[in-house]
Amino acid sequence: MVNKNLRPPTLNVTPEEYKKMTAQISPRPTLIKNVVLAFLIGGLICSIGQIFINFYIIYGGLPKLAASTAGTATLIVIGATLTGIGIYDDIVKVGGAGAIIPVTGFANSMVSPALEYKKEGYVFGIGAKLFSIAGPVLVYGISSSIFVGLIYYLLDLLR
Amino acid sequence: MVSPKKVGNQTIVFENGPFIISGHTIAGPMEGQGPLAASFDTILKDTYDGEMSWEKTESKMLENAMREVVKKADILLDSVDYILAGDLLNQIISSNFAARQIGVPFIGLYGACSSMALSMAVGSMLIDGGFGSKVICSASSHHETAERQYRLPTEQGNQRAMYAQWTVTGAGSVLLSDSGTGPRVTTATIGRVIDYGETDVNNMGAAMAPAIADTIINHLNDLKRQPDYYDLIVTGDLGSVGLQLLVKLLVKNNVKVADNFNDCGVMIYNTEQDTHAGGSGCGCSALVMAGHILKEIYQGKFKKVLFIGSGSLHSPTSSLQGETIPAIGHAVSIEV
Repeated sequence: MVNKNLRPPTLNVTPEEYKKMTAQISPRPTLIKNVVLAFLIGGLICSIGQIFINFYIIYGGLPKLAASTAGTATLIVIGATLTGIGIYDDIVKVGGAGAIIPVTGFANSMVSPALEYKKEGYVFGIGAKLFSIAGPVLVYGISSSIFVGLIYYLLDLLR
Repeated sequence: MVSPKKVGNQTIVFENGPFIISGHTIAGPMEGQGPLAASFDTILKDTYDGEMSWEKTESKMLENAMREVVKKADILLDSVDYILAGDLLNQIISSNFAARQIGVPFIGLYGACSSMALSMAVGSMLIDGGFGSKVICSASSHHETAERQYRLPTEQGNQRAMYAQWTVTGAGSVLLSDSGTGPRVTTATIGRVIDYGETDVNNMGAAMAPAIADTIINHLNDLKRQPDYYDLIVTGDLGSVGLQLLVKLLVKNNVKVADNFNDCGVMIYNTEQDTHAGGSGCGCSALVMAGHILKEIYQGKFKKVLFIGSGSLHSPTSSLQGETIPAIGHAVSIEV
């Protein structure tokens, strides 16, 4: 809430004018650069995932679905490891959403609180805070998948 | 009752302004690679400095800054009357824990990133009021402890806004004394809490600039001074965005802004260090004030300096609840 009734002298600028000044001066995100880098890094991560999936199909003899699960698991291990050795946050700094959206980003959001809050103990540190970033993703991800599934089910009944 | 030392709205003119007899700074590794590296007494090699947690490191830095500033002045710790200190962590634990190790009467202060200026203002009042003769004024912050309290786990990947600032790792102390030679704290202007409705916690420079402008305008008005009275008018941690906004606000209010304005947050890092809008945190102004600026004053480069600490008075809870960010600026003038 903005101040009222200050003793003069006060600034002769209204909060509305100040909002405009702030918007003018605050540098904007480098949008095009961010989008291009997100595309490249995100694409790179997904390509690596595809390489693993193909590898598991060709050399592991796995069926397609199992190979895709194994490929995802491999990416999670890589994302978690890169977080543990302190590299993943640097990748996100460059790649932005391209590195946050893939499953490696999800691994990062699980491992980083685990690392961070270990000092506050296993119960109220790691236990309580492990899902501090991933929690919202799970809550709304699972909720919306149930919702979409329900619509799909109802539409299917009508057919 | 008339207050003989108070002038105008909110300024105090000290009768016997205390001498700043020494200053000591301990900087983090990243600050040690910045342009002011040569002015720091100690530069840590890593962010832990051998401790088990970053909170412990911050407290140790602050404790060392308090001990060393007394040693430098060549007096005994027993002759210090008070420690005044503040930091950013919940319940100001860095200051509390540092003062626990030292055992001198302690007043914990919270002015967010304005804590260094606040401690110097209150310390000067204690000495000028005759309540003590030696006061340690300190403040600290640590990038990692601030990140994990205010933002995200330190290894969590994210892209920071271009106007975001980087919390400084560092602790600084000055020792105020009723006797000595050299620079003195001559006036103090205690700020009022100003809120212009900024809600973006990443844009703290924008949240704080009106509070600083308000303090500067009142300081100049109370003392009937112009900005060119000072060789340097330096703000705590407005960063590049906040400093530009401050200048705009002052110009709009007919304050004659010359090139004697600067900001500790702008001074402490190189642009290559990619901190975006510069440094922030209690440690930012503590390092630059007790290090670089104090050294320049001792060397005679500056004779009259106005130092305005800037504090953003929100909490993670208040921001999540959608509250706007109140801010404050405390000013002290240092003159030789």
